[in-house]
Amino acid sequence: MTTFILRRLLAGVVLIFIVTALTFLLIYAGGNDIAFSILGESATPEAAAALSTQLGLDRPIFVQYWDWLTSALTGDLGTSFFGPASVATTLGIRIPVTLSLVAVSIVLTAVLGVILGVASARRGGWVDRVTQVISVVGFALPSYWLALVLVLTIALPMPWLFPATGYVAPTVSVGAWLMSIALPAIALTIGGVATIAQQVRGSMIDTMRLDFVRTLRSRGIPERNIVYRHALRSSAGPALTVLSLQFIGMLGGAIIIERVFALPGIGSLAATASLRGDIPVVMGVVAFSVFVVVVVNLLVDITQGILNPKVRTA
Amino acid sequence: MSEAMTPVNAAPVMERNGMWRRLFRRPVAVGSMIGLGLWVVIAILSPWITPYPPNQTSLDATNAAPSAEHWLGGDRSGRDILSRLIAGAGDALESALIATIVALAIGVTAGLLAGYYGKAIDTIGSWVANILIAIPGIIILIALYAAVGSTTWVAMVALGILMAPNFFRLTRGLVIGVKNELYVDAARVSGLGDLRIVGRHILSAVRAPVIVQTAFAAGVAISLQAGLAFLGLADNSKPSWGGMLQEGFANLYVAPLQIVWPGLALGTVVSALVLFGNELRDTLEGARPRAPKRGEKSRLARTVTAVGDESEALLDLNNLAVAYPTRQGAKTVVHDVTLSVDRGEIVGLVGESGSGKTQTAFSVLGLLPAEAIITGGSIAFSSRRSGMTASNLLGRSIAYIPQEPMSNLDPTFTIGSQLVYGIRAATGKTRGRAKELALSLLARVGIPDPNATFKAYPHQISGGMAQRVLIAGAVATDPELLIADEPTTALDVTVQAEILELIRGLQKERGMGVLLVTHNFGVVADLCDRVVVMRDGRVVETGRTLDVFQQPKADYTKKLLAAILDVDTVRAEIEPEESDVSTHDKETVR
Repeated sequence: MTTFILRRLLAGVVLIFIVTALTFLLIYAGGNDIAFSILGESATPEAAAALSTQLGLDRPIFVQYWDWLTSALTGDLGTSFFGPASVATTLGIRIPVTLSLVAVSIVLTAVLGVILGVASARRGGWVDRVTQVISVVGFALPSYWLALVLVLTIALPMPWLFPATGYVAPTVSVGAWLMSIALPAIALTIGGVATIAQQVRGSMIDTMRLDFVRTLRSRGIPERNIVYRHALRSSAGPALTVLSLQFIGMLGGAIIIERVFALPGIGSLAATASLRGDIPVVMGVVAFSVFVVVVVNLLVDITQGILNPKVRTA
Repeated sequence: MSEAMTPVNAAPVMERNGMWRRLFRRPVAVGSMIGLGLWVVIAILSPWITPYPPNQTSLDATNAAPSAEHWLGGDRSGRDILSRLIAGAGDALESALIATIVALAIGVTAGLLAGYYGKAIDTIGSWVANILIAIPGIIILIALYAAVGSTTWVAMVALGILMAPNFFRLTRGLVIGVKNELYVDAARVSGLGDLRIVGRHILSAVRAPVIVQTAFAAGVAISLQAGLAFLGLADNSKPSWGGMLQEGFANLYVAPLQIVWPGLALGTVVSALVLFGNELRDTLEGARPRAPKRGEKSRLARTVTAVGDESEALLDLNNLAVAYPTRQGAKTVVHDVTLSVDRGEIVGLVGESGSGKTQTAFSVLGLLPAEAIITGGSIAFSSRRSGMTASNLLGRSIAYIPQEPMSNLDPTFTIGSQLVYGIRAATGKTRGRAKELALSLLARVGIPDPNATFKAYPHQISGGMAQRVLIAGAVATDPELLIADEPTTALDVTVQAEILELIRGLQKERGMGVLLVTHNFGVVADLCDRVVVMRDGRVVETGRTLDVFQQPKADYTKKLLAAILDVDTVRAEIEPEESDVSTHDKETVR
């Protein structure tokens, strides 16, 4: 198990390294153009060159990346091109908003997806049909589209219930926080629930047809224990893999949805920074996102190892 | 979709034609194809059919309501919404085309190479795919905007690269699956070059699933591109649905209708793509497995009745009939089967696959698949124990040893926990007592190191060991009747005799009745007191083993006995017999 975790950890570190290196090469390759885009097109070449030197953009790009990487490891992600704020501080303010939204959504997705999936696998009938319909709708439509529909149909007609815009930190008021992220979380959740429910439903039906389930029944073990202790555990592995992909998708979906509900998360930060060419901030958002993805994948892998002993030796 | 028809690939081509025909019978599929077709036509004709130039502003049209001049009204800059919607279709189609073509070109090519040649290409390809798939796409596209600005095609090429792993994994899997098919082997043997084999045989197998994936990818591309435009990270000079959503959203309190039109356009195109993909996939895979209805199982189990009379046989089957529902009505697989098992007696139930012997055994256990119906007859079980009812016999008085040892242990639990769990469910013993019993049983069934095996997972032990574990689990609750379904068929020849010896020993020790299902007359001769021969769901002969062997009455039995030599020696090595139940499963699921 330890070597298994170490190997996964190493793969994660490699992923962070590759993605940040590629992104850095891509967005810092502009060199002097970056200085122009900060100063405006009318700037003199001398001024641009001076700014380049001041920001260190005239150095070879690999030196710049190495510099960025070594400071990033100490938690220093550089300073915004437009102002004194350090990227790490800005991210520190923005991250809780996005993470709380995505965390609530992923928990909702997992819980509702498993309940719906098991119910439609076990009961069939109308539960199954409702799940199928939700799946098609949730899978077919992008989450920000659903968010816009929620704004039009719920937030605008009933502003006293769910606010269309704004964010309240849970440290200020838990109730107000829940209200402020309820609609975005629902929009993010619908598609994910559909996918998880389908996955759980399919693997539950398959698992319940396996030989060992028949043998468990032959031992006189109650049906409910077979479903929840054995079949659900066997089905949890594939569902978790799908859930981790859902998480990556939600992180992306959250970025657009934050704009819809005017939530001050990393999504709106990234969009604004990208629009005005604030490259250190963009770089910080990319690094943070990849880091979160790696951590989540690592957690999923460890859980898989606990769920299925065969994975540990793989 | 035309291609040269040659005798070798005729089969898959015919299959595919059937597939399209079936697809056209599905209303949702036809609807989504019509919807998509309409949008594609609009997109292609968009430069010519917009009522106004999409960027032309006119003061009267500012936030205008729908009217005869402006069917969908005007936006806040006074531009005609319908014209911009039509022009935006071209933009959406273009994004979808670029992204999917890039994803297809990279993903399918790499997948073909990795699947066909394997080795280093496969390792590298899979490694790159694993990395790409873990990257949050939108964030990279946002970063890309910071680097190269608002060029739609660059973003879509990048998106294509990010989506390529999906095509790579799909194609690779399909190619590996089809590579060793007979017709591909035949083509290789007949000297066709790699390129022609891939081009002709493998591509035709890969095509339909790739179309499904392409539909999904196109949907993702269109919604992502619109999402980026909605964030303002796109070329604002060109009309696009995402840009219209952004403007409509900013104008939400003034003219809420403005956001509805691009929303509808986006929703219909993306959902049509996804629905089309769904429908095509369902057509390819056949119907989804039906979730079994609740309650059927318990109804079946109740037909086993407990009777306490000493004079009666332990197990008495009378005119048992089992059927499965099919489209043409119920299909009976067990007809009027009558047989009995006495205490301390081993009865062999013999027949070929499909003879109904396993179905009969599962009827006694109450473990028929959910679709099965017991259409007639009775199953009487007479227990010497008090408190036995039809619903609690299983696991206490009746136990079961399966055919395939490895698949009958839950791979996610240790062997010990499975044994202890079963014992506790049946007897209510404490955890410690149950563990003691499990360890002593493991020693009894001939496991060299019970403590180590107790802690092991199923994949860590051999098939022979697994079968011993299953036997230990079956006899743990001192059953009166043991039902063994081909207990040695899946095992190595060397282990078979040991397992039979173990069953015989346990039977003597505990005085159990045993119903032994087998296709092997050698096993019957070795072990059984009496034998019941089945064919096509009916009993053709019953008698004492010795009598049946010396003077078989039925022609079928004679034929089977005459064939013992060639059947047993050949069959045991070539094909472990498929369980009767699984074949029925497949039939009824379809």
